[in-house]
Amino acid sequence: MTDGGATMRSIENAPGHDRGYPQHAAALAAAILIGCVVMANRCASAYAAATAFALGDGASVQTPNIFAPTSTPAFAIRELSWFVLGICAVIFLVVAGLLTYSVIRFRRRPGAESREPPQVYGSNQIELAWTIVPVLIVVVLFLATARYIFGLEGFAPAPNALQVTVVGSQWWWEIRYPDLGIVTANELHVPVSDPADPTPTFLTLESADVIHSFWVPQLAGKLDLIPNKTNRLWIDPHTPGLYVGQCAEFCGVQHAGMLLRVFVHPKEEFAAWVAAQQAPAVDDPAVRAGRDLFQSTACINCHTVRGTPANGIFGPDLTHLMSRSTLAAGVASMTPENLRAWVNDPAALKPGALMPAMQLARPDLDQLVAYLLTLR
Amino acid sequence: MDTIADTLHRPEGATQERLPLLAWLHEWVVTVDHKRLGIMYICTGLAFLLIAGVEASLIRFQLVVPESTLLSPQVFNRLFTMHGTTMIFFVAVPIVFGFANYLVPLMIGARDLAFPRLNAFGFWLTLFGGVLLYFSYLAGDGLSGAGSAPDVGWFAYAPLTGRAFSRGNSTDYWNLALLVSGTGTIATSVNLVATTFSMRCRGMTLGRMPLLVWMMLVVAGMTLVALPPLSAAQIMLLLDRFLGAHFFNSQAGGSAVLWQHFFWVFGHPEVYILMIPGFAFASEIIPVFSRKVIFGYPALVAATVSLGFISVSVWAHHMFAVGMGRTPNAFFAASTMLVAVPTGVKLFNWLGTIYGGRIRFATPMLFCTAFLFQFLCAGLTGIMLAAVPFDWQLHDSYFVVAHFHFMLVGAIVFNIFAALYYWFPKATGRMLSETLGRWNFWLLVVGFNLTFVTLHFAGILGMPRRIYTYPADRGWELVNLVATLGVPLQAAAVLLFLINVVISLRRGKPAGDDPWDAWTLEWTTTSPPPPYNFETPPEVRSRRPLWDLKHPDDPDWVHE
Repeated sequence: MTDGGATMRSIENAPGHDRGYPQHAAALAAAILIGCVVMANRCASAYAAATAFALGDGASVQTPNIFAPTSTPAFAIRELSWFVLGICAVIFLVVAGLLTYSVIRFRRRPGAESREPPQVYGSNQIELAWTIVPVLIVVVLFLATARYIFGLEGFAPAPNALQVTVVGSQWWWEIRYPDLGIVTANELHVPVSDPADPTPTFLTLESADVIHSFWVPQLAGKLDLIPNKTNRLWIDPHTPGLYVGQCAEFCGVQHAGMLLRVFVHPKEEFAAWVAAQQAPAVDDPAVRAGRDLFQSTACINCHTVRGTPANGIFGPDLTHLMSRSTLAAGVASMTPENLRAWVNDPAALKPGALMPAMQLARPDLDQLVAYLLTLR
Repeated sequence: MDTIADTLHRPEGATQERLPLLAWLHEWVVTVDHKRLGIMYICTGLAFLLIAGVEASLIRFQLVVPESTLLSPQVFNRLFTMHGTTMIFFVAVPIVFGFANYLVPLMIGARDLAFPRLNAFGFWLTLFGGVLLYFSYLAGDGLSGAGSAPDVGWFAYAPLTGRAFSRGNSTDYWNLALLVSGTGTIATSVNLVATTFSMRCRGMTLGRMPLLVWMMLVVAGMTLVALPPLSAAQIMLLLDRFLGAHFFNSQAGGSAVLWQHFFWVFGHPEVYILMIPGFAFASEIIPVFSRKVIFGYPALVAATVSLGFISVSVWAHHMFAVGMGRTPNAFFAASTMLVAVPTGVKLFNWLGTIYGGRIRFATPMLFCTAFLFQFLCAGLTGIMLAAVPFDWQLHDSYFVVAHFHFMLVGAIVFNIFAALYYWFPKATGRMLSETLGRWNFWLLVVGFNLTFVTLHFAGILGMPRRIYTYPADRGWELVNLVATLGVPLQAAAVLLFLINVVISLRRGKPAGDDPWDAWTLEWTTTSPPPPYNFETPPEVRSRRPLWDLKHPDDPDWVHE
């Protein structure tokens, strides 16, 4: 990231990239980018380091700062952002400087003469100047913006890309890996992508009910999940780790409780995760009573546990429930106590949640939770 | 000043007897006088401002710490829906149309608007719409329910507003309240256009109209273009909800995105419908307190008209995250960035007016000065949002909240305060206190910037809008704490203004006809003006008739 527009150039030069934008315009914008971005990127790194330090409490969750990207689309957006911010900063300094100067220089001083100052009615030359200069700035900004729009939206799926379908529901995320036969919820697992040998992930975004929006700021800009419409987004995280995001389009009572985690794994670790998810549900005879209870109550109307009669689709797939780090779309961490509280009365943990309280007697609740705890 | 009074045959103070309370109230209820209706519009707006301000404060206090349990998500969602709806439709719209009502006839030397009864009809519809909206708190779930206010956001995106996701009647209250008040706003706009075109006094050519009149004309024209799409969409939503139509019902094949197009075809011009009156106040106040004629009058008119045209071509910049595709995204990026040109021209012309002037920082000018800086910031963050990929990050984050509050509060509300301080003496005959005015200004400017400068950073740190709470591990505590610290300061500023009004109405310094030594026609008549405004219709030869009278040696018409 040492020269301007590097990320965008790498996107444009990628095989399969659909070049919808004239090369000469791209070159013009790139020329203007160079220099501005060099300095800006340095500031960005310094700022990211500063915020990381401020939060340095050892927590695994990082602030989802849009200026701390880790994936090519987010890097490209940061590149454009610093360019736009740079131009805006210069305009601000010039105009605010002129305003400040005029306001101080031309204030009425005590004891000044009461005669009116000279009346100046206008000047066509000056009007022309301060119309044309903004037009030129707008042209430059537009060319740069168009280059990034066409670059990012024109990126075609590579053949080796991982395909994932994300379905938004009130108020959780269903995450499907159609090629791998995996269905999970609220936590997206993807392999790290080495920029030298990219393994990007392509997300197909859909909605089961109202409009939601997929936003993990460090990976890519947001894109809506809209009923009757399919959107596509891609990410290629460069660094393993946990990245947080959440629904960014108001979607009802628990919009705030529709959190999202993305785990980026080294390649072998991802392969291990896939293998574990593809395995059938654990069938532990010790918790048979809980399983029977699960299969004989309304639980199975909404939830799936693969390999059992439970095949509901309104709620999250529970086949490997305990492999997830959080519960109720990130509202609580996955602990036996939280799980028990959730099953007992979802609305107590997440007011407005659509899962009903099952009114189970205490022994039944114990058995049911014991069963769920075996779904690793 | 005697010369002016003599020249214009100012009506001799029609001494008003004090009426008994009921008779006095009756006079206000049945009035068709544009000045009284204007005052009632503004008072309606200020009353709703208090309500919406309480809602905003509750929102901020809920978010001051993570995992807050002060408000339930249901209550929080109603609060931000009602805050947005109220501020746009029942604060900003009534106040700016109130000023237009009060000032346009006075400034063009007319005795009233073209259709006084239509004017009263428009006002009462607007007020009724506001009352209907708040009645939802009692009856939103239907007669048998507990009652609740709308909770679908002021933008009411489909399909969340469909029967399947919004049960009860709360969404219908939102829908009908805005249909009713929108009809009133359209009536007033028709009235303003007709008045401006047909009621100007002798000599008042279009090119001599005060800039406020020009800008209100553009606003009225834009309203006539922009509001009907919203009304149409709302009727379609009514059909969806009650007659089983499928315009926006995505589960029956309707289009959720269609609603967004309808809403923003209205919604974005609406922003300029509110913003241009802010420009109008600045264009009247800045010259008077700089003691200079407005710089580049024709350029300002041209910029306003072109802004009106551009404003109807930018709506989908609210939809960059919808996935419209590359070409629409690029088109709306270009049209949105183009907005910077006419607005830049305006800012530079105000700067040109100040430059070389002799600025008197009375309270109205203080507000206008802060406006210039805050408007500059709002414009620049607007350009950032127009850079589509940047918007993919910033859209629906607190950065957007900060951006449009810089526009709606930092620019519009500041200019509304400037206008209130500037024309209060004309409407009441008494000056507002300058001491309280300064406190009002400084508290507001510090509190506003504390809250909204900070919220830009919340957005950059990835905090989305419209969330009733957030986890403690996101690193958003500090920005939310600082932003909330600004709330008491802003609340104190608004309370000081109200105290100022109450005190000044009783004991304010008598204003006289022309307290600011100004130049437009409203200052030639008494304060408050008589019901018929002018005893004899005035006649003008330039844009600043009072300048001509005060400076017969160097009148404006020589230069225009």
